Amino acid sequence: MLEAIRQAIFEEMDRDPAVVAIGEDIGVYGGAFKVTEGLLARFGHERVIDAPIAETAIVGAACGMSYLGLRPVVEMQFIDFIACCFNQVTNFVAKSHYRWGAPVPMVLRGPSGGGVHGGPFHSANPEMYFMHTPGLKIVYPSTAYDAKGLLKSAIRDNNPVLFFEHKFLYRRIKEEIPEGEYTVPIGKAIVRREGKDLTILSYAAMAHTSLEAAEQLAKEGIDAEMIDLRTLAPLDRDTILASVKKTNKLLIVHEDTRTGGIAGEIAAVVCEGAFEDLDGPIARVTGLDTPVPYSPPLEHRFLPNTEKIVAAARELAQY
Amino acid sequence: MSAKLTREQHLELYYYMQLNRQLEDRMVRLFRQNKIVGGLYSSLGQEAVSVGTAYALEPRDWLAPMIRNIGALLVKGFPPRDIFTQHMAKYTSPTLGKDGTSHFGDLKTRHTVSPISMLGDLIPVMTGVAMAGRYLGQKIVALTWIGDGGSSTGAFHEGLNLAAAQRAPLVLILENNQWAYSTPVSRQVPVKNLADRAVAYGIRAMVVDGNDVVRVYTAAKEAVDECRASRGPILIEVKTHRMKGHAQHDPAEYVPKEMVDYWKARDPISRYEKYLIENKIWDAKAKSELDARIERLLDEDQKFSEESPMPPPELAEQGVYCDGCHTIKADWQRPKKELTPPNCSVEAAWQVPDFGGLEAEVANLKQVSSTSASSTGKPGGNGAKTPRPVVKPALQGGAKAKPEQQETGARVPFGRGPKDKSLRRPAERKQGRR
Repeated sequence: MLEAIRQAIFEEMDRDPAVVAIGEDIGVYGGAFKVTEGLLARFGHERVIDAPIAETAIVGAACGMSYLGLRPVVEMQFIDFIACCFNQVTNFVAKSHYRWGAPVPMVLRGPSGGGVHGGPFHSANPEMYFMHTPGLKIVYPSTAYDAKGLLKSAIRDNNPVLFFEHKFLYRRIKEEIPEGEYTVPIGKAIVRREGKDLTILSYAAMAHTSLEAAEQLAKEGIDAEMIDLRTLAPLDRDTILASVKKTNKLLIVHEDTRTGGIAGEIAAVVCEGAFEDLDGPIARVTGLDTPVPYSPPLEHRFLPNTEKIVAAARELAQY
Repeated sequence: MSAKLTREQHLELYYYMQLNRQLEDRMVRLFRQNKIVGGLYSSLGQEAVSVGTAYALEPRDWLAPMIRNIGALLVKGFPPRDIFTQHMAKYTSPTLGKDGTSHFGDLKTRHTVSPISMLGDLIPVMTGVAMAGRYLGQKIVALTWIGDGGSSTGAFHEGLNLAAAQRAPLVLILENNQWAYSTPVSRQVPVKNLADRAVAYGIRAMVVDGNDVVRVYTAAKEAVDECRASRGPILIEVKTHRMKGHAQHDPAEYVPKEMVDYWKARDPISRYEKYLIENKIWDAKAKSELDARIERLLDEDQKFSEESPMPPPELAEQGVYCDGCHTIKADWQRPKKELTPPNCSVEAAWQVPDFGGLEAEVANLKQVSSTSASSTGKPGGNGAKTPRPVVKPALQGGAKAKPEQQETGARVPFGRGPKDKSLRRPAERKQGRR
C-alpha cells in the first residue's frame, strides 16, 4: 500500500506543477516511513519542502499556498501529531470555504492506527475529532488500489482532505495495481463481500479483519455482507442503508475508541433511515475507551480482532 | 528619513485614516442603536498603523488584517459598505452574513486573506502565501499584523520561524497597542521591545512610532522593498495605544488615566493634520473637500447597508464544501518548465558547511564583535516619555554589507555554548547580532 501512495504523489506531482509537498523529513530522508522517498531528487527543494517541527506552521503555510492556487500535500510524520495543529485545521482550514468562499485544496496525510506497538502517541485513530468538523473530507483506505485512486482524487479535490494511511497495512497489503491512470471517487463505500444474513461495516485495517471474520462466519453458516467505508466524510449513507435494508442486521467495527466513534453516528443514520428494516440491535466492536497501550498483550486487548467480531456477529445473528 | 510621498499620496493617507475613524465612529452609533449584531472592536488611535502599513503595498501584494485593521481594508480597496454590512450581518456583506467584523477577504482581486479569531494563525498562513507567490514567480510581498497579546502564541513563533527559515517575503507588523484585552505588555512578556524577538529568528526588525503615519509608512515601504528584493522576512514593531476597551462592552477602567492622556496628546490624525499644515501640503479647503467626500461616501454606504436584507435562513446549510463553485487556477508568472522534472531535479543530499562546529563561529565572532552596537535599547512603549523615532536595530548593519557572513552567524546552533569562558559571546552581541 505504501508504494501505491508513493506512486499517487509522484504521478500527481508529475501531472501538475501546482502540486507541492511539505512536511518533516520528507525530502532527503524520504519520510519516516519512506513514503516520499525519491520525491526530492525528482522534484527539487521548491516542490518538496523539509519543514521545521512545527505542525501549526506547516498546515498554516499549506493553507496560504492553496489560496494562491497551489495544491499542497502535507505529511504529518505520525497522524497523532495532527493534535498539534488542531486549531489551524479545524478553525482556519475547515471553515475557510463556508465563511468567506475561499477553497483550500489541501491534502493532509499521515500514518495512523495501531497494531505496531507504537504506544499512546504513535497509534491513534484521530478521525472522529475531524468528523465533527464541517468542511473537511476524511478518507481512510484499506487497499493499495483504493489508496492510490483516492489519494489522486484527494489531491484534485477543491476541499481539504484528511487522508489516513493505516501503518499496519503499509507493507502488509500487497496487490497488483493497474498500470494506467485511474482515480477512486471520494464519498463512495464499497461492498467487499456480498451476504444476506447481516452487514459488517468497517474501514482501514479493520476492513481486513472484518473480511476474515466474515469468511469464518460463512463456515458456520452465517452469510455476512462486508462493506468498506473508504471515505468517512462525506459518509456514503446510501450504500449503508441499502445493505441494512437487505440484511436487516448491522455490526459496525472500528479500531478507534468506542465512545464518540463513528459507530454511534452510523447507528443514528440507520435508525433515521432504516429503523423499520432492523431485525436486531445495532452492534459494535471497537477499540477500548483508553489510550492505545504500548505492551503487546495490552495492545492486543485494546484492538478489535477476528474472534471479537465473530462473537458479536454470532450473537447478532440470533435475532 | 522622510518618505518620498507626493502631495496626492499625503492627502490619501489622511483620507484613509479619517475614513477609518469616521466609519468606526458611525458604527459606534449603529451599535448603540442595536444595529450591529455582534461585538465592535475599536481601532481608535491606531489608524496610522493600519493605513500607513497597507499603503506601502502594491495591488498585487497580499495582506491579512486583524480585527483592528479596518483602515488596511479600506486602503486595499474594500468599500465602507463591506465593513458596515459585515458588522450588521447582512446578506449583501462579503461573507453573506456567515461571518462578521473584518473576517472577510478576497482571493481574486484584492488579495486579502480573512483572519480568524484565534491569534497568530495568520502568520504561518501568510508565510505560505509569500512562499507560493515566490514559487509562482509573482514577486509579491505578504503582510499581516499581530498584536502584543498575540505575539505570545505558539503560532506566532512557529510561523515566524518558518518564514525566517524559508526567507519568505513576509512583513509582520507587530502592533503593540499596550493592552492584550486587560493585561498590559509588561505582564505578558519580559522584553521591553517586542521587536527584540526578531533576533531569535535571525531576521531584521524595526521599532516605529505607530502614531506617526509617515514614519509607519516609511518603515513599511522599506520593509516591503527589502522583502521584494528577497531580503525578508522583516518584523516591524509599531508602538501605539488602544484608546477604547477591547470591545464596546469593555469600559477599560484598568487603563491608567495618565496613560490615556499621554496617548491622546499623540493622536495620529491630529498630529498628521498639523504635519500637513506645517509642511504646507494642504490648506483648510483641501481638508474640507476630503472630509466632505468621506461624509458623502459614508452616508451612501451606511444607507445601503441599513437597507440591505438579512440573509435567507436556508443559506446556513450551503457552502460547507466547494462543489465546483470555484475554479482553482494558479497565476503562473514563471515557466512551469522550471518546476518540472528533469529541470527541477536535484541531488538529494544535505550540505552542512561547518558541520555545526564552533570554529567558524569563533572566527566569525572575532570579525564582527567590533561592529556590533546596541539594539532597540532605548526606552519606549510602556509609559515612554517621548514619541519614538524609527529605530533600526543594529541587526541590519551587517546584512546589507556582508550577507553571507551574516547567514553563517545567524544559523550556527550554540547549544549550551562552550565551557571555555574566553569563547563566550560578548554581551553586546546578544542583542545586536541577527
